[in-house]
Amino acid sequence: MLKADSRDPAAWPRLLLTLLAIALLWPGVQLSELNLGVLLPDSQNEMGRFVAQFWPPAHDQAFLQLLLKATLQTLAIATAGMALALLLAIPAGLLASRALSLSAASHGGVPSRLGRLLRWPVRGLLIFLRSVPEIVWALLFVRAVGLGPAAGVLAIAITYSGMLGKVYAEIFESTDQRPAHALLQAGSGRLAAFAYGTLPNVASELLSYTVYRWECAIRASVVMGFVGAGGLGQQIDLSIRMFAGGEVASILLCFLVLVLAADQLSRLLRWRLT
Amino acid sequence: MILSLKQGGLRHVNGVDALRGVDLQIGVGEQVAIIGPSGAGKSSLLNLLATALRPSSGEIQVLGERAWHLSARQRQRLRARIGLVHQAPPLPPRQRVITAVLAGKLGQWSLGKSLLNLLHPLDVAGARAALARLDLGEKLFAHCQQLSGGQLQRVGIARVLYQAPEILLADEPVSAMDPVMAGHTLSILSRHAREHNVTLVASLHAVDLALSHFPRIIGLRDGQILFDSPADQVSPEMLDALYANEKLQSPTAAVAPLTVQIPRC
Repeated sequence: MLKADSRDPAAWPRLLLTLLAIALLWPGVQLSELNLGVLLPDSQNEMGRFVAQFWPPAHDQAFLQLLLKATLQTLAIATAGMALALLLAIPAGLLASRALSLSAASHGGVPSRLGRLLRWPVRGLLIFLRSVPEIVWALLFVRAVGLGPAAGVLAIAITYSGMLGKVYAEIFESTDQRPAHALLQAGSGRLAAFAYGTLPNVASELLSYTVYRWECAIRASVVMGFVGAGGLGQQIDLSIRMFAGGEVASILLCFLVLVLAADQLSRLLRWRLT
Repeated sequence: MILSLKQGGLRHVNGVDALRGVDLQIGVGEQVAIIGPSGAGKSSLLNLLATALRPSSGEIQVLGERAWHLSARQRQRLRARIGLVHQAPPLPPRQRVITAVLAGKLGQWSLGKSLLNLLHPLDVAGARAALARLDLGEKLFAHCQQLSGGQLQRVGIARVLYQAPEILLADEPVSAMDPVMAGHTLSILSRHAREHNVTLVASLHAVDLALSHFPRIIGLRDGQILFDSPADQVSPEMLDALYANEKLQSPTAAVAPLTVQIPRC
């Protein structure tokens, strides 16, 4: 009786699948030379001693001033990069999508063949801009314009304009086209029809994606700091090299606060728009 | 003739023939109702007349211009003089009613003025007046998503009244309203048309409304004009022929005297 009650026909297949997953995972762990033992703080190794220094986070006056300056620099790199990216992404997104197509309005949403042909070069440009990772651009620009935040700004501007333009174009097309088409059919200009017919529908999505990308730009600018593009990244690189665990902890806390702030900003803006 | 369609045909993107060989002449200041069963092509015909859709065959002339021989810029200027009321007005849900109404004049405004109007409404009085005629003045600053279907239809009509076009086309403009409101709204439209010498063409599925408000009736069936006659000459036999539906008749109807239901609102 007891046996019949506790018997589950799915038990054996589940057990076998679990064993199979472990059997497949094990060679992967071996190949990547992963050894979790190095993470344990009590073992006598570099990592353990380094992590032990994380507490307390560094908070002396001079370092905090340095940290504040680096944080502001990171924010400035991300914001300036995004602003430059938007300058290119908004027109490119409009050109790459069907949102401004006058012919689509009177052909059941299908743009003319010429219009479709003309959209391809813009799409190609956007693909080119985002195909190279920002860290590679940053390395190139550090060579070209020298060490400093300017390289980071340019790298973010180039890569993010490609990403933003592509996603903007998709957002413009994913919404109801009828309001804009009705306006075009009533004689309105293309941009006015877009502003009155499409923009109200997509504004909150555009905004939250842009703020999310800004958050990503903050992280990217940190990464680019490692190759000499200034900001928090450069600071954390120096601190790691000097084995200053407390400083690393302070900088990591700083990241956390930045991402949290970006998240709250996005929530606030979305709430305001809906 | 302010509107003239010669042998007009329309084939949709999916290959369906919506209109076949339609000949239509409408003079300045005329008031015409288009009636017919669902799927007869009433909306397609109005979209052709509004130059919103390009006819697949035939020739259309609006306000003395051959619309599809013009450049895109000239056609947009022509379209600004034609107003089309949509059955379900395509308005963004989060747009305010005042913006939706003021959008009627986008074809006449410059881009700068249009964008400025988006930041701050430039003609509150004009929008309020258009809405007040439809008894919707208190909804001026409401969002479109807060309105019912019938109220949205009235916002769509207010937009076209604000546009003040020379030709006013309406695609089932009162389909979501109660009978009293529907009659009232139609009389507002026809009074506006009379006072401003505007040509009015409306499609309706309520035959009694069409007969009581419009002097000229066009019966459309299967993408062709079945009759085009003054309202007082439309006979019940003509309406029976227009709305006859073989598929919907029950088998017993063949034995019983043929009575055809004329849809009313």
